[in-house]
Amino acid sequence: MKVQIDPERCQGHGRCYDLAPSLFGDDEEGYGQVLGDGMVSPEQEREARLAVVNCPEHAIEVI
Amino acid sequence: MTADDRFVYQAPETDEEYGVRSEIITGPVADWATDFSHLEPEWSADPYPIQDDLRQRCPIAHTERFGGGWLPTRYEDVAAIAYDTERFSSRAIIMGNWRPPSDIAPIGGSPPISSDPPFHQHARKLLLGAFTKTAISRQEPATRAFCHELIDKFEGRDVVDAAAEYAQHIPMRVIADMLGFPPEDGPQFREFVESVLEGINLPPEDRIERMERLFNYLLVQVNDHLDHPRDDITSYLIGAEIFGQKLTADHVTGAMALLLIAGIDTTWSAIGSSLWHLARTPADRERLAAEPGLVPTAMEEFLRAYAPVTMARLVKEDMHWHGVDMKADDWILLSFPAANRDPAQFDRAGEVVIDRQVNRHAAFGLGIHRCLGSHLARMELRVALEVWLERIGEFTLADPDAVRWSAGQIRGPRALPLRLAASG
Repeated sequence: MKVQIDPERCQGHGRCYDLAPSLFGDDEEGYGQVLGDGMVSPEQEREARLAVVNCPEHAIEVI
Repeated sequence: MTADDRFVYQAPETDEEYGVRSEIITGPVADWATDFSHLEPEWSADPYPIQDDLRQRCPIAHTERFGGGWLPTRYEDVAAIAYDTERFSSRAIIMGNWRPPSDIAPIGGSPPISSDPPFHQHARKLLLGAFTKTAISRQEPATRAFCHELIDKFEGRDVVDAAAEYAQHIPMRVIADMLGFPPEDGPQFREFVESVLEGINLPPEDRIERMERLFNYLLVQVNDHLDHPRDDITSYLIGAEIFGQKLTADHVTGAMALLLIAGIDTTWSAIGSSLWHLARTPADRERLAAEPGLVPTAMEEFLRAYAPVTMARLVKEDMHWHGVDMKADDWILLSFPAANRDPAQFDRAGEVVIDRQVNRHAAFGLGIHRCLGSHLARMELRVALEVWLERIGEFTLADPDAVRWSAGQIRGPRALPLRLAASG
């Protein structure tokens, strides 16, 4: 499982880096960024799903 | 320091002297589907049953007041308008009896909130860096200390006004610090906020005079910063450039007005509504006091259920849209609160569920105008609730009838007397 952010949709609400700080961070303008390669370990799956279902812009994809 | 001739002191021309005025219509609403008004007391007291009713039977209400406007109540419609900057302009974002001239677009009077593409992204980019979660986290220790100071003043008292003596002061202090304004000017900020957001139905000459007072104040602050530059947003805006050009004086003071007004009323409302809910819902209060780690989750639910901010747009051209015939320059009252209670979008939409895990609410808007200060608002709201719950054991509404709500597009308690059972 891997997460990615659609930069066309992201508006910098920051729900992903609030809810899943091990997977996402903010850039210098507050837009969400995937940390590292975006691979989600089994322990991170719950966080990843929380980020997906709470993004107001539907900008996070799980592949 | 060389003089900056952009800010030569002069009687400011406010945009309200131009544009189009409509007849001021006040008084009881006959039918909310055809005659709505967000400025009548019934709406201020409890807008949710009205919105729920409209969502079922309408769902896009109309009014002839304010020169004509529409009120969508479904999440789907609110989101569609927020995303559609081609058909809906932000050149005015406060629905009232005055429409700014169309040539004010795409910059608008208070960029970037009043800006449309393509200018919008440039005005917004200037400010994003100062409002990231990381940048805002630097304000947290001072905010927390200030919340404690406010509660220290409650010692020995049984009843306090949590809106006037607590919620109000927190965003005022933080934004004054960020803009580099004197902290003791707080009472003036309150007057400015009320002028802009609540004085909608006042006669034009009163509106103009009040706006002039605000912009005069901002010019005094700009000039103080020209004489004494420092590390704050005001000095930053004075020096900032777009396309290699310094900003116009109107852009600088318009952006300052935005940060001052939007930064205060909104978070003041969010803190107040959250405390109002907890004061009348002992089970939630007790659970949060016992589980402070739940505050970030609970506050998202307070933001959903009691979203303080409603925006406005102007329709660009005549069109048939989602079943209604909109005309150019009709208002759209863009109710994020109504969207946030749409049962098609949220389970148990009308209930406050403080451990709600899936909460894709629109309290901070959607699309390119996502609230610039959302990370600041969230920090202030979280710290205000954490400190309150840590310091105040039990609290209840001292007199439910004495709670008074603001009128207009920003909704929150302006009088909130709470009885404190034990404070420390």
